[in-house]
Amino acid sequence: MLVSTKWLEEYVNTQGLDPKELGEKITRAGIEVDAVIDRSQGMTNIVVGYVLEKVKHPEADKLNICQVDVGEETTQIICGAPNVEAGQKVIVARPGAVLPGGIKIKKAKLRGEVSNGMICSLQELGIEGRLVPKAYAEGIYVLPETAIVGESVLPLFGLDDTILELGLTPNRSDALSMLGVAYEVGAILSEDMKYPEATYTESSEKASDYLTLRVEAMEENPMYIAKVVKNVQIKESPLWLQNRLMAAGVRPHNNVVDVTNYVLMEYGQPLHAFDYDRLETKEIVVRLANEGEKIVTLDDQERTLKSTHLVITNGVEPVAIAGVMGGLNSEVHDGTTTVVIESAYFTAGSIRQSSKDHGLRSDASTRFEKGVDPNRVILAAERAASLLAELAGGEVLAGSVVVDELEKEPAEVVVSPDFINNRLGMKISLEDMTSILSRLKFDYQAANGYIYIKAPTRRQDIKIEEDIIEEIARMYGYDEIPMTLPVEESKPGGLTSYQAKRRQVRAYLEGAGLYQAITYSLTSKEMSQKFALETAPVTELLMPMSEDRSILRQSLIPHLLEAVTYNTARQADTVALYEVGSVFLGETESGLPHEQEHLAAVITGKWLDHSWQGEKKSVDFFVLKGIVEGLMGLLGHSKELTFERTVKDGLHPGRTASIKLDGAEIGLLGQLHPSEQKARDLKETYVVEINLAKVLNKELEALYYAPVSKFPSITRDIALVVDSEKATGELQAIIQLSGGKLLKNVHLFDLYEGEKMEPGKKSVAFSLTYFDPERTLTDEEVVNAHNKVLKALAEQAGAELRG
Amino acid sequence: MEAQLQQLKEEALQKIEASGNVKELNDVRVAYLGKKGPITDLLKGMGKLPAEERPKMGALVNVVREEVTTVLEARMTLLQEQAINEQLEKESIDVTLPGRPVKTGNHHPLTRVVEEIEDLFLSMGYEIAEGPEVEKDYYNFEALNLPKGHPARDMQDSFYISEDILLRTHTSPVQARTMEAKEGQPIKIICPGKVYRRDNDDATHSHQFTQIEGLVIGENIRMSDLKGTLSLFAKKMFGDDREIRLRPSFFPFTEPSVEMDISCFKCSGSGCNVCKKTGWIEILGAGMVHPNVLEMAGYDSKKLSGFAFGMGPERIAMLKYGVEDIRHFYTNDVRFLSQFHRSEV
Repeated sequence: MLVSTKWLEEYVNTQGLDPKELGEKITRAGIEVDAVIDRSQGMTNIVVGYVLEKVKHPEADKLNICQVDVGEETTQIICGAPNVEAGQKVIVARPGAVLPGGIKIKKAKLRGEVSNGMICSLQELGIEGRLVPKAYAEGIYVLPETAIVGESVLPLFGLDDTILELGLTPNRSDALSMLGVAYEVGAILSEDMKYPEATYTESSEKASDYLTLRVEAMEENPMYIAKVVKNVQIKESPLWLQNRLMAAGVRPHNNVVDVTNYVLMEYGQPLHAFDYDRLETKEIVVRLANEGEKIVTLDDQERTLKSTHLVITNGVEPVAIAGVMGGLNSEVHDGTTTVVIESAYFTAGSIRQSSKDHGLRSDASTRFEKGVDPNRVILAAERAASLLAELAGGEVLAGSVVVDELEKEPAEVVVSPDFINNRLGMKISLEDMTSILSRLKFDYQAANGYIYIKAPTRRQDIKIEEDIIEEIARMYGYDEIPMTLPVEESKPGGLTSYQAKRRQVRAYLEGAGLYQAITYSLTSKEMSQKFALETAPVTELLMPMSEDRSILRQSLIPHLLEAVTYNTARQADTVALYEVGSVFLGETESGLPHEQEHLAAVITGKWLDHSWQGEKKSVDFFVLKGIVEGLMGLLGHSKELTFERTVKDGLHPGRTASIKLDGAEIGLLGQLHPSEQKARDLKETYVVEINLAKVLNKELEALYYAPVSKFPSITRDIALVVDSEKATGELQAIIQLSGGKLLKNVHLFDLYEGEKMEPGKKSVAFSLTYFDPERTLTDEEVVNAHNKVLKALAEQAGAELRG
Repeated sequence: MEAQLQQLKEEALQKIEASGNVKELNDVRVAYLGKKGPITDLLKGMGKLPAEERPKMGALVNVVREEVTTVLEARMTLLQEQAINEQLEKESIDVTLPGRPVKTGNHHPLTRVVEEIEDLFLSMGYEIAEGPEVEKDYYNFEALNLPKGHPARDMQDSFYISEDILLRTHTSPVQARTMEAKEGQPIKIICPGKVYRRDNDDATHSHQFTQIEGLVIGENIRMSDLKGTLSLFAKKMFGDDREIRLRPSFFPFTEPSVEMDISCFKCSGSGCNVCKKTGWIEILGAGMVHPNVLEMAGYDSKKLSGFAFGMGPERIAMLKYGVEDIRHFYTNDVRFLSQFHRSEV
């Protein structure tokens, strides 16, 4: 809502406050002033001129040489506008003038002819092109005869004004009108209202003789009033009215349309003017549209209607989409002599629906959608009639044509001053409270420890006690509220075990060298299930904004890979990222997808880079595996953790492992498939994804200390020759199972495959530690245990001791 | 014999003095004090002396022997120290060479902000509540006093999955769910999480972003409690000398509703580009829980009351760290992420 401070003065005394100061007060009281706009924009030296003579420029077809009387003198100005003529009063920027944007006007020569200034269009005065009346949209503006040559033009266009741009929240639709804003300002400044007048002489003829009215959709349209004005003369509105419309962001058209828009801005009540003769039937019927019915609206678009759309008809065909836009067939035009002024109450839901369906949001529909004041429907119609009588020479027919079943009683709210103070944590006196209510022009009575309030119907947001609390508090001043803390039973807060562990996971991974990434949950169909640990039916948006963001992800890896590629494409040769986030799988009983928290990481480049000491190592499978093992150790699941070779689309078939806890898969670890790497221009890249929720929710045994033994352990190394394909994990498992309870630790310390080995064989060396916490082991016990291990290795894995 | 002894002593002391390293000195020890050395020889030759001279001579030899030993040992200590020092000198390194790097990553800046806020409220006895990112329309809107067709739904265009299910547009549904689960009991939670709105991604909009909300419900929770809590928050996040101010606003789920501004932490009110020359920066929205919201979740709004507040960690991070484009948070450029490495406690 754009509020001209000059216009506002018509309804309330703003106490001579500077517009900025006024804006600040309005903001602090509850309606945010987004901007304070000085319409003069620093303009100076722009005056009314009279074009005495116009001749074609001898050297340029499109230019004219004008002799212009600017009051002090007659001067020559070259003008390129197509509509400049001798005998016009025009806007002249004199040499030294400043136009919006700091443009300075100087004496100039145009193709050999001197030009002492510029004849201006409205756009050049900083008025938006869409607001300039169509007649002057393509050229200079022609001033009315009454303009006085030599005087400044700024007051003529109301450009010596300041606009407050209000950012209105949905509850404050009352401020979508000049009167509404005036009420608010009056309450803030403790000033009374000055109401607009609606006085005219009624014709001897009656409106009801001209028009009949029927409303067939009372639910959507509980109130409709039509006034008829005849003998109107269609012409331009006076400049003051055009200026106010432009200041409010509305384009002037002609006096009739302008009056309806003016009253809309003044009262917040949308009006519509029909050409009476073009209605043809002398009848108005309001009904719901027939499915598929068509209407051509004022913007020259043919629109197909649905049975939920409310329409105004002439009893035969629609002449307007109610509350949204009029029809072309009944539009007021230059030859119109009799107009029908419609003022109605259309329900918010109905207008919202048709506005949405037609993609049409107008000043009218915006107000209907939020609910207009039932008590202004008649006032606005009368005000429009009086302005038409004044500005279009119209003759207002007696009475109105009315259908009215609208409830207009204000809502009553009963609240106790104690309740208000308790909720605020304040001690505002009853007198202060009632004084605020008076300023707000709310009817009230204080009795028996309660205040009985009738909120005016313009304030449809006031319904319950809490609404009154807000009114009192905002007018009293939020700065006056003290600062306290809740007084309550003291209870410990804190993280849940899951949340605390998740924090540890993050800290661990960051300590291991990975940066936390956050990527988008929405992805493309193609990527939604790629690399997914488990797939299930996808969760898809009904109306995605793009294909790339249309489906919820089932794996974190694709977007992490995108981030890695983004970095490597910008000269980062080493990238290590992880993300903790949800994936969305299938559907639970509630209808929502199953949201599972996952952890994923992607690494590429060098893991160790300490070149001056000759230590340099690229990332590999075991770097990431080590990180996973360390993480599981931190979370207490080392013992249950195993890795098994597996195959997964998109990953290297020989370098991918399934991560298992107690034999159940909880994650995947592997190298990105070389073809995938190539497609992304990546070097060797390793990825891991783990179902973090499953890991963090897994039960842990209580941590219990084992005494530190004073007895020594005995270590025996073995080097085995086995088939190359034999997994070392399998050998280790055999050792662990066969080693008995004395075997405390198995540690792989060497692996060799190469020239010195028979083809198809490899050498694997383990270090085995035997230990009994109660005593020193005898050599014999160790030998016995060790022999069992060797035997098992030979039998189960064909392993030979390496000579 | 006595003269011989004196001469030996002089000789020995001279050689001790002359020896330049441990080995030479050891040679001197062997030569003079060893079993085959002249002093031992002298002792052995004592048998030839008259018996009455033997004790005197013996004592004399021992005195010389001890004297030489003492000097020798002192010299030995000195030479050993010298040897060690020489060795250490040889072992010296260029301490200005770079160390072996310990590579560590760090929190995403949004997590950093969220955890900082979490920790403040945890210390005040709050719990952290979380909820699903795909929500029912009921929890996202209806339970928050936003029935179907409510004009305020216009404010947040949403990603719908079906007529009744959507990507949550704020973290407030977690409040609705928590209230439902707590069945009328007091509540003190904060709810961080990802939210989604139908916006084109640009410098100030992101279709996915983060929110963190707080909710306190109890007997006699007052608006002054909200103000006090928010003031603590502002001081903790933006500095002890921050002032706050509340401005009336509108949210369907609170009444009264406010927006909180803090005094500009950059210019302290004199006007700069961060606060757009106003001296104040808008930080969050808050209010007293709307009675409809309480009643819908089964709370008696006449007996219990509450406050709620909500803010965007992106906005806070952008203000705090001067980040100019919200898309940086989702691009995951390591040159951006790694700038949030150092601690700021």
